[in-house]
Amino acid sequence: MNSILFDETTTAFVYGLQANPIQRMLDFDFLSRRKIPSVTAVINPSASGIHQAFFGSREIFIPMYRTITEACKKHPPVSVLVNFASFRSAFETTQEALNQKTLRTIIIIAEGVPERQTRELAAQAKKDGKWLIGPATVGGMLAGGFRIGNTGGSLDNIIASRLYRPGSVGFVSKSGGMSNEMFNVIARNSNGIYEGIAIGGDKFPCTSLLDHLLRFEQNPRISMLVALGELGGEDEYDIVDALQQKKISKPLVIWVTGTCASVFPSEVQFGHAGAKSGARKESAEAKNEALRKAGAMVPSSFDGLPNAISQTYEKLLKMGQVKKMVEPPVPALPIDFKTALAEGKIRKPAGIVSSISDDRGNEVTYNKVPLSKLFEEDASIGDVISLLWLKKRLPKYASRYIELVLMTVADHGPAVSGAHNAIVASRAGKDLVSSLASGMLTIGPRFGGAIDDAARYFKMGKESGMTPREFVNDMKRKGMLIPGIGHRIKSVQNPDARVELLKAYAKKHFPKTDYLDFALEVEKITTSKRNNLILNVDGSIGVMFLDLLSSCPEISPDEFEEAIDLGILNGLFVIGRSIGMVGHVIDQKRLKQRLYRHPFDDILYV
Amino acid sequence: MAQRSIREFDCKQFLAQYASQKPSGFALSSKQVLVDAETDWNALKKSHPWLLKEKLVVKPDQLFGKRGKHHLVRLNASFDDCRAFVSGRLGKEIEVGKARGTLTHFLIEPFVPHDEEYYLAFRTLNDADEILFSLRGGVDVEANWENVISLRVPILRSLQENALSEKLLSSVPSERRGPLASFIASLYRAFADLDFAYLEFNPLAWSKNGPELLDAVARLDDTAAFQHVEDWKTISFPTPFGRTMKKEEAFIASLDAKTGASLKLTVLNPEGSVWLLVAGGGASVIYTDTVADMGFGDQLGNYGEYSGDPNEELTYLYAKTVLQLVTRSPAKKKSVIIGGGIANFTDVAKTFKGIVRALTEDAEAIRKAHVKLFVRRGGPNYPEGLKRMKETGETLKIPIEVYGPEMHMTSVVPKAIDWVRS
Repeated sequence: MNSILFDETTTAFVYGLQANPIQRMLDFDFLSRRKIPSVTAVINPSASGIHQAFFGSREIFIPMYRTITEACKKHPPVSVLVNFASFRSAFETTQEALNQKTLRTIIIIAEGVPERQTRELAAQAKKDGKWLIGPATVGGMLAGGFRIGNTGGSLDNIIASRLYRPGSVGFVSKSGGMSNEMFNVIARNSNGIYEGIAIGGDKFPCTSLLDHLLRFEQNPRISMLVALGELGGEDEYDIVDALQQKKISKPLVIWVTGTCASVFPSEVQFGHAGAKSGARKESAEAKNEALRKAGAMVPSSFDGLPNAISQTYEKLLKMGQVKKMVEPPVPALPIDFKTALAEGKIRKPAGIVSSISDDRGNEVTYNKVPLSKLFEEDASIGDVISLLWLKKRLPKYASRYIELVLMTVADHGPAVSGAHNAIVASRAGKDLVSSLASGMLTIGPRFGGAIDDAARYFKMGKESGMTPREFVNDMKRKGMLIPGIGHRIKSVQNPDARVELLKAYAKKHFPKTDYLDFALEVEKITTSKRNNLILNVDGSIGVMFLDLLSSCPEISPDEFEEAIDLGILNGLFVIGRSIGMVGHVIDQKRLKQRLYRHPFDDILYV
Repeated sequence: MAQRSIREFDCKQFLAQYASQKPSGFALSSKQVLVDAETDWNALKKSHPWLLKEKLVVKPDQLFGKRGKHHLVRLNASFDDCRAFVSGRLGKEIEVGKARGTLTHFLIEPFVPHDEEYYLAFRTLNDADEILFSLRGGVDVEANWENVISLRVPILRSLQENALSEKLLSSVPSERRGPLASFIASLYRAFADLDFAYLEFNPLAWSKNGPELLDAVARLDDTAAFQHVEDWKTISFPTPFGRTMKKEEAFIASLDAKTGASLKLTVLNPEGSVWLLVAGGGASVIYTDTVADMGFGDQLGNYGEYSGDPNEELTYLYAKTVLQLVTRSPAKKKSVIIGGGIANFTDVAKTFKGIVRALTEDAEAIRKAHVKLFVRRGGPNYPEGLKRMKETGETLKIPIEVYGPEMHMTSVVPKAIDWVRS
């Protein structure tokens, strides 16, 4: 088997949409001055498309496929799969990967893959001449060449442990967590790692410490070997055999952890599945002793490991088997916006400002009131509207009034322009939202949109100190119809019941009704001219809102002015009437009404 | 998650259930009952009438062996004999090898008269399953280990019955060879299908009805649980004999079971002076080693680790549990090693937040207990995490020394030992 698994042109697929490890691999590429990104494609069983990531400061598109087979077909040069599939699906996905001619090395990250499945995968890989690393591992890396997933940790650490350029040490351990620590130890006591592999903490890793040591043995760019074993299992005895049979000729520094097991009263499972105290032969002491006898450099404790490495390295330097190297410069990696922001290194004006709601916490808040509080207090939709529109929590009578308005304006039959449009659109086969929008778009100065204007003009009239008659005359002089006055059908004799209901509520519950009283005086004058010039629904809602807002102690005079200027009252009609329009749209569909065509006889062709 | 031992009772019931489901001409008796302090013996009689009709065997079922040598097996007994046997021993503390523990569970099953006692075991190796067999089973199998013959079944290959007869059973009387081979082959299929990691029958007896499984030892690979949601429903994983879980250990085990992160705690010496609050499965073993290597193994309060990016709440609960053990220890001076290697992707500042919270809450007790903290950690955001630790120590007036990756991982251990010695 060829011993080289990774070089600086190796490319990989990442199984699983793992944005962070992918970015970490690409950042490592950049620091290592790789020419092409190491991640060629992402395999995401739930979506295909593209994944966006950075290669240095440049944004790149990484294609995303649903299956390993498809990715391999599209990108035959890719030889590595970094498999982030969960322990439940690690077996099936790795099997699929082993079936691909083009893939040669597969890294299984998941912890908790059943041992029988792992052993089957390992046997299959051996048969096919492929390499599996894992399961239960962070992976490994070729310093300055190729990084598997999260190996090597943060960028600071990659720089501190000089992982952006190759050294001369081949390192292998079971533990992924300790591999990073060891990269640091090795960097401090030699010229750093050439390649470092974590085979994973399981009892039956797919490849063993020895498999990788033999691989390193054959690689001419590796001058010395460092390994970290663990109590449990008998793998380290294979290394002993290899040393005795001279299959390993490069100097090997090794330490088997778990010498502490003797202090435990009974069998203890350590953090790794493969590390269990028990049989004497599997103990760390026995393994360390056997390795020492076979010729490996075995310190007397983990504390002695740095020294053992530096002694061995110095010896190699003296013998000229490694050469002092010229350190290449480290390119500066652009800092991520998020990181820089978190560290307070950059600032930027916000693109959007919002003051009414906040969805960032556990619970959405409406003007700082959490939704759960509204639930607890039995709040109504009127309270929600006042919080989101006026940024105030209004008294009960006021929020009740808002609801009465919504109920009042919810619908006014199929003949009015909004409902009619919605019906026509619905019958043309349009969906609910389009049909509703079609109805909505009729709301304006002539239909439903007069509440704000009515409020504005009556407010102006009342506050200018004019008598109702002067106000009527003033409007007439300007040649304007008074907004909120007049109805196509309703009249003094045939009053609008909706207006009567709302008026009765206001009279009973509002602290004052100055604006309403003024408007009613105006109505007396206009109806004396023509009996359908009554205060209509828009007008009455508008003027009563003036009374409501100006009488609420929660609303300051400035806020009152602002609310009317911003035109929030038409919003009430829009919300209310959308209820009716949705009803009409559904009604037409339920009744299976066909396409509407206006009859010829109802059209005057001129 | 790893290989875990199960009770003989569960093992036999489990195999009998498997045998009954597969039309393999393979039948195993499901006549076993497990009794403990809660058992209603009268109800038991009614639900398992065979208990009154047959001669029985009774023995403890608590994951330890050599029960015969410890006079803990009663053979050829009546139901009442069994009841008397159990009531005389239930709750008694006994010593088996290095372990001391309380007898809590007993297995009762039919007594099987037999002539030969064989030894049969299945185990998993890297690249094969291995079947071990000996004609001389029974209590002395270990003394006669040279008689044990093994047959390997390489992974991806299936077991051939003729290989069994020829290689493993060649010295078995020829009339038994065929039935024994097919029995062992069926058991092997069960072993593989049910994700056993180890299965041993000593003895596997020969009775007038053919092969009978007497004593059984079994471990399951518990990572396969997700494939056996139905089969494993009733299986429990008791703690090894002699290790009753302390309250704190049970609490951490319950947290561990609920999260994808890993939280482990074993109390070694409640009166210990050196305590570990270490991140990482690999690093925790190395810290423990180093304390032991320096001759302070008997002073080590606990083994433990947290890893796999536990959230702040979990780290807090873990740290609080350990710190409470520390403050309760009567040792004059105590050190806590808040250690770890250089993390790959765990945010050090974030995990330290949980520890800081636990320290802050119990600051008074920690000060009174003469505790000094020794911190060593690296990884993402470590400068911030170390700064926070240092500030916490200073504000709370708890002595603290803080180191990053510039210092060798285990160099805090001699410092921690010097403190408790001084």
